[in-house]
Order: sequence, then structure tokens, then C-alpha cells
Amino acid sequence: MNGVPLAAYLALGLFMFTTGVVGVVIRRSPIVIFMCIELMLNAVNLTFLAFARYQFSPLTRDASTAAQASSGGQMMVIFVMAVAAAEVAVGLGIIMAIFRQRENIDLDEMNLLRG
Amino acid sequence: MTLTPELLIFAAMAGLAAAAAVGVVAFNNAVRSALCLVLNFFVLAGLYFTLNAEMLGITQIVVYTGAIMVLFLFVIMLLNLGSTSLDLKNDPRVVTGLALGVVLFGVVASQVLPGLLSVTKPNTPDTWGAPQNVGRALFTSYVVPLEAVGILLLLGLVGSILLAKRRI
Amino acid sequence: MAEWFNNLHPVLQALIRSLTFVGPMLVMVALVIWFERRLLGWFQDRQGPNRVGTITLRHRDKWVPPFLKGKKISLQGLIQPFADITKLVVKEEIQPSAADLVIYVIGPGLALFPSIVLGATIPWGPYKPLTPVADVNIGVLWILAIASLGVYGVVLSGYASNNKYSLLGGLRSSAQLISYELGMGISLACIVLATGSLKPTDMVTAQQEALWGFVTPLANWFILTPHGFIAAIVFFICMVAETNRAPFDLPEAENELVAGYHTEYSSAKFASYFMGEYAAMIVYGGIFTTVFLGGYHLAPIRFEYLAQQGGAVSTLAAGLHWADFWLAPLWFLGKVFLIIFVYIWLRATLPRMRYDQLMSLGWRTLLPVATVNLIVVAMWLLLQRLLNPALAFGIAVATFGLLYWLLNAVLGTVRGSSELAGEPLESRSVRLVSVKANVPVPEVAEAATEGGAA
Repeated sequence: MNGVPLAAYLALGLFMFTTGVVGVVIRRSPIVIFMCIELMLNAVNLTFLAFARYQFSPLTRDASTAAQASSGGQMMVIFVMAVAAAEVAVGLGIIMAIFRQRENIDLDEMNLLRG
Repeated sequence: MTLTPELLIFAAMAGLAAAAAVGVVAFNNAVRSALCLVLNFFVLAGLYFTLNAEMLGITQIVVYTGAIMVLFLFVIMLLNLGSTSLDLKNDPRVVTGLALGVVLFGVVASQVLPGLLSVTKPNTPDTWGAPQNVGRALFTSYVVPLEAVGILLLLGLVGSILLAKRRI
Repeated sequence: MAEWFNNLHPVLQALIRSLTFVGPMLVMVALVIWFERRLLGWFQDRQGPNRVGTITLRHRDKWVPPFLKGKKISLQGLIQPFADITKLVVKEEIQPSAADLVIYVIGPGLALFPSIVLGATIPWGPYKPLTPVADVNIGVLWILAIASLGVYGVVLSGYASNNKYSLLGGLRSSAQLISYELGMGISLACIVLATGSLKPTDMVTAQQEALWGFVTPLANWFILTPHGFIAAIVFFICMVAETNRAPFDLPEAENELVAGYHTEYSSAKFASYFMGEYAAMIVYGGIFTTVFLGGYHLAPIRFEYLAQQGGAVSTLAAGLHWADFWLAPLWFLGKVFLIIFVYIWLRATLPRMRYDQLMSLGWRTLLPVATVNLIVVAMWLLLQRLLNPALAFGIAVATFGLLYWLLNAVLGTVRGSSELAGEPLESRSVRLVSVKANVPVPEVAEAATEGGAA
């Protein structure tokens, strides 16, 4: 979109990432923490796409190299999405398994491995 | 920097996305958090469209809002986590977390953003996000990572079945 | 015509495009409700609603011509749906006191929204600037994306009603929809592969080429090709499951869950669920028509080609080509109603499935069948380019036959061995799935893989 500076997209990405970090720190429910991790992944995706779209580096000024180089950002986003999907499948499975064992999923009380 | 209609649309979408992101963390009810995240992902797909990455925008809706978030809601409702209040009030971590967030945002923003304010014109061709272009790149230069991701997904599939089945 | 339309302001154009799509669809919702009730009556050997809308011309009215006095004009109950809607809307609205009000209120909207937006990429005629609403590069993906949003209305209303039955309905629905989207996506992928484009308009064009690549007078409707036929069956089953229609209407199974996710909804909110379901039926019918049944064309015959050939048939073909072009919406509607007829036929014929049957059909039958089909299509397309189309067609049909034989042989041995072990296959699958209090606990893993496959 013309007229929108790259910095605007990056600021939004940064804000979402920060919110995700804060959420991971302050929340205790594992499922919300999980959602915050997804939020961070998406913030990074947005950043990747914005950088790939704007291509401000002088090395990639001509159209054909820019097109070639820009696919890298989109590929990263696709791979991040795939990894996130796999992560959610396994992670939610783990949450279900823990819930079946303990009927309680407060993260602060999961300290069996603390020694 | 002039105020163009594009900028206004972007500001509205970005504001919605940011508000939804805050909602994910701030709501005590897990279902509402999940809903905020759905809204955030949906608006994010719109932002991908504004970047002309139409293939990824629609993939975002299919994968995130259509599959991953439904799964989240499914688990929340199945385990009945919606109403459990692991409350935020009177927790010293809230202050620590917020301070950490402000510092992180301040440091990164002050170092990265000012230098990039002058970059306002996209340099890639407008068709860079068409399915044809994405597919061509995916199956030529990036075919090895693609296969690796395929194996990863297979492992995730096997792992989640192993975790969830009580007896195999 | 096209010039005039192109000269309008783009916003006005978009508005006209959407109105010519959404308006008729909402009228059709009413028509389909009537159609379903009358058809169900016919299937069940009773009348169905046939009274509302009968016009009696009274003797004392002066404007009635004498030969019509005292006559009754029966509309066969066509006004019934409007009476239904009026009744629903003016009814008292009851909200559960412990409901999560915000989510409770947005639930019906979320259910209605996807079913209306879903058809935005479907062309209902060959009139290019007027239809479809958005001829975008990602048309098929749009269908999948919006279809996947349909689950939210159901799940959220189930949660927000604060009712155990609603919750169970919502849970069932989320697992069901997420499972059947896979089969739907892969069966659409077969067609995308055969067309080489994600645009529904290109799919319609591709279906006007020669059948199987070598039968020139006939058109290549995908339902007439072997791979398209298999994909069509898979897609149709998934489509019925996605719209929560019988025999896949477990989320609203009345003998187990009262009314499922919309138990606690009344009045206008219930009406919007009702309308959403029927609108989704119509739109899915349109998608099926576009993807498999040649879109808005009259018959799988290439009238344009025949008209150019000359000879006795050419005049007839030219006339039919004219009808094919100018009456296109009519043919489109006819096909949609054919699909809806099959929907209702299924509802009248098949009993509701059990939960484990539903999951096993989706994951163990439809998904593998669609995947194998995808591989065979890819092979066929490659052979079509390397060899000649006729030979490729022969090889593809032989492959399908071989696969069918293999499947039967394997299934036969599996059935035989499990019966030898003293346990028929069905009971084994029941034990694996373990439907404990109707809550599908182990199924989450299988549903979880959806994100992966997408």
C-alpha cells in the first residue's frame, strides 16, 4: 500500500510481540500463554512480510532481483505457519494429557521436575 | 508524511489488531482471550492483503482462524477452562511484566524505527504475492525446506495422536 | 451494456454486484424452505404446508371479473416461509440469565455472515463485469477460508448459552467441521490441479473444453471425468457435513441434545441461524455447480464448437448456444435446485450417524480417497502432456480400476482377519474412539492434525 511507511507495520509487529511477551510473563493459564506465543509468531510474520514487501536495501533495487529476493520473506511466513500448526497440535495434546492427570492446569503448580 | 486514505485504513486496521492483542492478555476469561486472538488474526490477514500478499493472507485465515483457533476453542470448552479465573489482580508479576514490556518496546522502537521512517514506497512488484509466484518459489528454490516442514508436520501428527490416545 | 456498467463508479459497481448476488439469494432462502417442507411431505407421503397464500376471490368484490368470482387461487403454500419468519420475529425473546451476553449476541451474526460471504467468488452467468462479486486470484481458497469461519457461530453460541446441551452441540460441531474441511480442501485441490487455476471463472471455462481431452463435441464437465467424479462425491459428502445437514446434523441432534447449539436461542436470533443454514445450502450448491457441474452452462455439449462445424446440427447448436448464453442464470439456478433436492433426499432417507461413524468416515475414508485421487490426477495430467490424451485417459481409468480392486482385496483381508480374531471391525473402532458421555476426548489429536495438513 503506497503512503504507509514501513515503520508503521514494524511498530504494529513490535507492539504485538511485546504484548505476547507480557502475556507469557503475567498469565498463569497455559492455554493463554500458548495463545500469547501464537501472537508473537504472528507479529514476526507481519514483520517478515513488511520487510519483504518494501525491500529498501539498495542491492535489490531492480525489479527482477527484488521479486526473487522478496519470495524469501513469504517462504519464511509459510514455514512459520507450518511450524506453529505442528506446535499447536502437540502442545494442546500435552495440555490435554496434563489435565487428564491432574485436573488442574495452573502453571505455577507444575513443579514436579524441580527437584 | 501526508494523511492519505490508505494511511487511514491502515491506522484503523492496526488499531483494531493492537486492541485485540491487548485483549488476549487482559481478559480473564479464556474464551474471550481466544476470540480476541481470532479477531487479531483476521485483521492481520487484512493487513497481509494491504501488503499485496494475497496468498498468505488467505492462508492466514485458513490456517490460523479456521484451524488453529478452532482447536484452541475446542480445548478450552472441552476442559471447561473458560470460567476458571487464574486472576491477574494482586499479582506482583503484573507489574514486572508490564515494566518488561515497556522497556522492550521502548528500546527496540527507539533503535529500529526512526531510521526506517523514510521508507514509504514498496519496491516489489504488485503481483509478488499471487499464488503462482508463491508456488513457483516454494517448489523450486525452497523445495528442500518444504520437504523438511512436511516431515515436521508428520511428526507433529504422530506426536499428537500418541499424546491423546489413552491406549494404542 | 458492459460499457455502461464499466463507466460507473467502482464503489457503485461493487454495490450492484453484491446486491444482484445477495438479494436473489435471500429470496431463494424462503423458496428453499418451502421446497424442503413440501418435498419432505412428498417423501413421507403427506401434504406438507399447502395452505398459506391461497387467494380467495370473493363474490362481493367489484374488481373481480365475473368468471373468476368465488374461485380460489392456490399458491401451494408458497407464502409459508414468510409466515414462518414473521412468527419467529414477533415471538418473545428469551435470554438465559447466566449467558455470556456479548458472545451470545454476536453468535447468530457470526453464523449468518460466512454463509452470505461464501459465494462471493462464484459466477452465476457469463456476464463478466457483473458477476462474480470478486473475481480474485484466490477464489477457491476464499471458499475454504470463509467456510472455515462458519464454525465460530456454532461453537460460540454453544459456549455462550451456558447450557450443557448447547456446549455439547458446539463441541461436536467444531470437531466435525474441522475434520470435513480436509476432505473438502483436497477434493477441491484435484480440480485446481486439473484446471491449473484457483479462479472459479477459469474452472467454468476449463469445463467447456473437449471431454477427456479428445471427445470434441462434448464438454469436459468435471463430474464426467473419473477423477472429478470421485472428487465430486467426496466434496458433496463434506459439503453436507459442513452445513450441518442430515445425516451429519449431530450438533443439533434433537433426540440427544434438545436442539444443540441453538437450544437457548429464540425469536430473531433463532431465525438468523435458520436462514444461515439455508443460505449456506444454496451457496454450497452454487459452489458444487461451478466446480463440478459446468457452472452456468446448459448441458455438457459444446454448442459453440458444434455451431462452427456447419451441417444440419449447426443451426440448432447456434440457437442453443444463444439460450446457453442469455439464460445462463436459469441453468445455474436449476442445477443449484438439483443439489438442494439431493440434500433433502438425503435428509429424508438416511438416519443420523453416530459420532464415531462420523469421525471414521471423515478421517479414514474421505481423506485417503481424496488424497489418492489427487495423486492419480497428477499422474494423468503428466501423461496427457507426455503421451496423447486418449492413452492417458485409458491409463487413468485402468489405475482407478486397479486401485478399487486393491482396496476391495485389502478390505476383504482386514475384515476376514478381524472376524477370525472374534471381533468385527465396527466394534473395534467403537472401542478405539471411546465415546464417553458423548464428549469426544481422544478425537482432539486427530482434529489437531488439521492445522498441520492445512
